Amino acid sequence: MSLVTIRKDWENFKKKLTKRMKTAPLEVEESLTRFWLAPAGLREEENLAQSSQATGGLTSIPALLQRNAAQFADRDAYREKEFGIWQTWTWAMTEKEIEALALGLINLGVKEGDFVAIIGRNRPYFYWSMVAAQSVGAVPVPVYQDSAAEEMEYILGHCGAKYAIVEDQEQVDKIIEIQDKLHTFEHMVYIDPRGLRKYDHRQLHEFSHIQAQGRAAHDELIGELKSRREKLDYDSTCVMLYTSGTTGKPKGVVLSNRNVIESSKNSAVFDALTGDEEILSYLPMAWVGDFIFSVGQAYWCGFCVNCPESADTMMTDLREIGPTYYFAPPRIFETSLTNVMIRMEDSGDLKYALFHHFMDFAKTAGEKYGMPKRSLAKPDMKRRIKNGWRYAMGLGFAIETLVENGIRMAFTKLRHGSKAREHFKAKDPILLNLYRGNLRDYFKYRMGNVLVYGPLKDTLGFGRVRVGYTAGEAIGPEIFEFYRSLGINLKQLYGQTEATVFITAQPDGEVRADTVGVPSPDVEIKIDDNGEIHYRSPGTFVEYYNNPESTASTKDAEGWVATGDAGFFEEKSGHLRIIDRAKDVGKMADGSMFAPKYVENKLKFYPDILEAVLFGNGKDRCVAFINIDLTAVGNWAERNNIAYASYQELAGHPKVLDSIQEHVEAVNRSVADDPMLAGCQVHRFLVLHKELDADDGEMTRTRKVRRVIVADKFKDLVDGLYDGSTSVSTTTEVTYEDGRKGSISATLELRDAKVVPVASKMAAE
Amino acid sequence: MSNDSYVTDDGRTIGPTVMEMKNITLRFGGVKAITDISFDIREGEIRAIIGPNGAGKSSMLNVISGFYVPQEGEVWYKGKKRPPMKPYQVAQQGIARTFQNIALFEGMTVLDNVMTGRLRQMKANMLEQAIWKGKAEKEEVENREVVEKIIDFLEIQAIRKTPVGRLPYGLKKRVELARALAAEPSILLLDEPMAGMNVEEKEDMSRFILDMNDEFGTTIALIEHDMGVVMDLSDRVVVMDYGKKIGDGTPDEVRNNQDVIDAYLGVAHD
Repeated sequence: MSLVTIRKDWENFKKKLTKRMKTAPLEVEESLTRFWLAPAGLREEENLAQSSQATGGLTSIPALLQRNAAQFADRDAYREKEFGIWQTWTWAMTEKEIEALALGLINLGVKEGDFVAIIGRNRPYFYWSMVAAQSVGAVPVPVYQDSAAEEMEYILGHCGAKYAIVEDQEQVDKIIEIQDKLHTFEHMVYIDPRGLRKYDHRQLHEFSHIQAQGRAAHDELIGELKSRREKLDYDSTCVMLYTSGTTGKPKGVVLSNRNVIESSKNSAVFDALTGDEEILSYLPMAWVGDFIFSVGQAYWCGFCVNCPESADTMMTDLREIGPTYYFAPPRIFETSLTNVMIRMEDSGDLKYALFHHFMDFAKTAGEKYGMPKRSLAKPDMKRRIKNGWRYAMGLGFAIETLVENGIRMAFTKLRHGSKAREHFKAKDPILLNLYRGNLRDYFKYRMGNVLVYGPLKDTLGFGRVRVGYTAGEAIGPEIFEFYRSLGINLKQLYGQTEATVFITAQPDGEVRADTVGVPSPDVEIKIDDNGEIHYRSPGTFVEYYNNPESTASTKDAEGWVATGDAGFFEEKSGHLRIIDRAKDVGKMADGSMFAPKYVENKLKFYPDILEAVLFGNGKDRCVAFINIDLTAVGNWAERNNIAYASYQELAGHPKVLDSIQEHVEAVNRSVADDPMLAGCQVHRFLVLHKELDADDGEMTRTRKVRRVIVADKFKDLVDGLYDGSTSVSTTTEVTYEDGRKGSISATLELRDAKVVPVASKMAAE
Repeated sequence: MSNDSYVTDDGRTIGPTVMEMKNITLRFGGVKAITDISFDIREGEIRAIIGPNGAGKSSMLNVISGFYVPQEGEVWYKGKKRPPMKPYQVAQQGIARTFQNIALFEGMTVLDNVMTGRLRQMKANMLEQAIWKGKAEKEEVENREVVEKIIDFLEIQAIRKTPVGRLPYGLKKRVELARALAAEPSILLLDEPMAGMNVEEKEDMSRFILDMNDEFGTTIALIEHDMGVVMDLSDRVVVMDYGKKIGDGTPDEVRNNQDVIDAYLGVAHD
């Protein structure tokens, strides 16, 4: 292709996209000039011209807030379900609330450069607190609200936080407990006054009082606030986030406004996000993803952030809001799928048969007929008519299917009684035979949409999802396929706190379960000789706070950051594939590759298995710990009349062990198919008597296994697996949620699993 | 009967006596369930009634709530002697209760169950309710607001629309508490609020009882078997055994009372 044709293509593409995004609030043209699809040569040329005024003076989150308040004053900015009703704040109201809070913070004595810890579940108040802290020149530091007091002590002590904005009595108590050890700590603000009336209020303030004081001191302090706000530029710190730390102490990642705004902007263009988006914010606020989705992108695009009523009501709230843009770690999708399957087991026979009939079909046809067109969040009239038409296409056949299968079911029931389910298979309606090939599939999918996919998506709260992402861990191919076949545009992305989330993402239409997509806009990626992935992007973090050594070892002088993950680019598609954490990849005694994550993920794809940990680095064979999933296994036990009193008892039940053994052996067979990794087959395994838990330090708060700690803590069990004993008695210390410690003891059965011999392949190596 | 207020160690104000039982005796035929018991409940306090099985605790609570009318003795409420009353009249005076054996409407949702606690505040007649205009609608909105505050307070948002029959025991207890609380009572009677619960549920329930007392200033009289809970929660304790009062005072006083120790640990009866 000559440069001229490239340029022409590019111009056409821009025109198309501009037309599509006419109603979008983005400065479309400006964003497009930096759009990732621009051929490299063009992009650089335009970059130079644009970089100085790329965002038109919008170089901080508070500046974006001002723009939103002026431009989208009456549009909803925040919603929170409280007292059973969705309470709403428009952008104009939000601006007033944040201003009052910012003035209150100045009044309280917050100086520029101070750190303000923010501890609580997702609520508008905390998002306002972050922006208010930024407005007064302070740095917000969100902290995981379920951290134990010592973890908080480390973080608050490390950044020298002077202020904390917390949710309720629980958090206040935690901070009071550690306050003596925090030398710089001054004031605490709480949101929920319940149970706090009798506390000493010299250093403790209620959120609404701070705002009231701010409003009262408006005339006096507004000048100060404005001047501080105007001082913020692209290089000032936007937020500091602590990494969860799979190894060692958490590190404070400093992200500048440039990191956050550029990343938000690029990713918003990548997925054509507009101000009409609805998202549900339920992931921990201390996690970079939530910051980018609920603050970065929300402020850049001006869309609405919805906060659930409580952690338990998340699923109901999800359904009520029906987000158009959704993000969840694989675990949430797994749990949802497990619930669907369990509830289908309990449903009526006809429903059960139809569900399986249509889900089987969707596996092949979902990608083709189900995916939403990349339309806007708020469909226009044309799109609505089209949607109506698509629905109508399926309606007639759906009724016919119901009637035909209902009648057949009635006869099956007469004949087989309560065993009807085993003898009944749903069939397509007779009239569908009028059509052949693609047309038949099209009608069948539309019909399934009326009967199964649509209602199911609606129940799950995914009815309106245009763009869904999963990241953080590998997702099971079956799980991924299930959601995609329903017509949910679920994609994978690969990111890090240090990259302000985005390193790679899957573009629409190029989605696969085993890759993580192509480099995100403006991200450069290289893979070094050891297979470790390095990247450089506008989102690359500034530094680790107060930790120049770690900064230097992670980020080199040219701005390349080592991810610590090993991976490679697939030659055909240009997609990135992740193998494992680079430092987890090791060698077995015979020199073959040891990649624990690869095997663990295969195990975890079984719904009964919640977590798996593989050992074997430097050894001659691999062994594994397995955690069962209480929901799935518990339901199975109920169905099979297996009584159990506790997790521990269920985990040690011989029948459970049998079924886990089957899974392990199946995984061994599939691992053996890959000659490179055949050595990683699980020779022996055990089912742990307790769930691995963040409170015990066995996992990070983002639920990633801390391999070294687990190996160390359960050393006796690992040894038992290697020395061939068939049962081991062990006592384990556990930490309860309130910090108290206890211990549980158990005798575990250690089992051998069949492995596929790979001697010949080994010899060849 | 005392009229002076005092402040407890943890900063709560305990007001003057709000209810006084004078020489109550309750008989069922020849069986004396309660014999000559007198005690008082002060405003804002948490008053526990304890005793071994069959001591007459629940009968005592039923006397307070008007379910039983004692043969002898007087009940003084807010400075006035209370004539024999029907339970609904007692409820109208601002005394709400929960039951030892849960008494909820199993087929109704949590929200509807809690709304029934507001019936006393609703004035619209059946016709208005049926037409659902004007007064009935306005009342429902007002009362729903109160109920939602209580749902939020007791952290049962997630089960708001769940039929009560599908809930586990611990949550049902909490729903029952919510319903009693919805009546905005001045005295709340809790009959074994923690029976059959595990440690975690007990801790939750204790927190709710303390918070209720603190937040709404509700006076609470409770019967409980778990001594640890009683001693931690209550300001004053009445101890009953075989229908008689054998001790009355602060948890510490009661704990050191020889009669109480005997009743719980057992002595040879002649």
